Amino acid sequence: MEHYLDIIIRSIFLENLPLSFFLGMCTFLAISKQVKTAMGLGAAVLFIQVITVPLNNLVLNHLLKPGALAWAGQPDLDLSFLGLLCYIAIIAAVVQVLEMFLDRFVPALYNTLGIFLPLLTVNCAILGGSLFMVERDYAFGESIAYGFGSGAGFFLAVVCLGGIRERLEYADPPGGLRGLGLTFISAGLMAIAFMGLAGMEM
Amino acid sequence: MAESNRELLTRSIFKRNPIALLVLGICSALAVTGQMTTALVMSVCVTLVVAFSSLTISLVRYQIPASVRIGLQIIVIATLVILVDQILKAFFFGLSKQLSIYVGLIITNCIVMGRAEGFAMSNPPIASFVDGLGNGLGYGLVLLAVAFVRELFGSGSLFGYEILPLTTNGGWYLRNGMLVLPASAFFLIALIIWLLRAIDPSQEEKD
Repeated sequence: MEHYLDIIIRSIFLENLPLSFFLGMCTFLAISKQVKTAMGLGAAVLFIQVITVPLNNLVLNHLLKPGALAWAGQPDLDLSFLGLLCYIAIIAAVVQVLEMFLDRFVPALYNTLGIFLPLLTVNCAILGGSLFMVERDYAFGESIAYGFGSGAGFFLAVVCLGGIRERLEYADPPGGLRGLGLTFISAGLMAIAFMGLAGMEM
Repeated sequence: MAESNRELLTRSIFKRNPIALLVLGICSALAVTGQMTTALVMSVCVTLVVAFSSLTISLVRYQIPASVRIGLQIIVIATLVILVDQILKAFFFGLSKQLSIYVGLIITNCIVMGRAEGFAMSNPPIASFVDGLGNGLGYGLVLLAVAFVRELFGSGSLFGYEILPLTTNGGWYLRNGMLVLPASAFFLIALIIWLLRAIDPSQEEKD
């Protein structure tokens, strides 16, 4: 249990996807003008991450790994080079199915998350989460914990940046720095602040 | 098509730089700029992928049904990225370990998707190829500029060769620890954006 908690805490604070690995930057910077939309985006990422990371873990362990196809009578087959193609296809499919599902059965949630869902297919944070899962060789249980933790980390970061940017509306920066430039600098300062948590051990 | 191939090539490098002006593909730009070597390899990979994916997609653009185009584009891009990834693993294993997951993440690099969707779907193959090449080079230019500052002042070296002798090795240069941190890339890109917008005020954002 403690081990899973460790993975969650670690992926939220120490290895925060946008702030330590710079994944999902495009959406992170583009959709953080207001706290409200930022929360919608963060929730959508969390949702997809919890589903896709464990799903990709199953695909990796039961279809792609060297020897994983032993149950189909092909113990020598190594399909791990197809990994990237499979992960992105699964992510795209999950996003599509989830969008249709929410639209049909949970319209309230669809109205908040709906516009962000298609964006997430090409969000590096989602693919990055799956790739980190592969690189670190997580087992199935660990991959659920990691999916949740990394999604929650994205949620936290994007909502914080949204809050900062709402305040920055009242600032009066030089013209060339307005908007994007200032957002980059605030994100950089946030990344440094998050590094302060680096020494934390469970 | 009013623009010549030459214009297509240069406009993405300076006037419409994908990173600094359109804010695309920043994820990898920040993560791999600690050293010139990784930045250079990453730029070459992205340039190849974006140029050839634009070419391929443009070649089959009349055969692609509009409803499944995103899926098809991703498959073309993912195939090219797997190719690049396997080549790196086979011939430059050390580098491929250093770049870790960021090679795989070229798939979700918005520049590649953006050019496929925004240009290659509606333009002939040669022009698309050149446009992809230009965007890759524009991306590489910013990457190398950031990496230059970070490696030179952060570690006192370029491509791993010592330029400024460090105090730790008996030299005179006290290295700037902040530039080694990934967060410094945020500040450097902000400065580049500021510079480009100061040169061309029409790019400034209005309230």
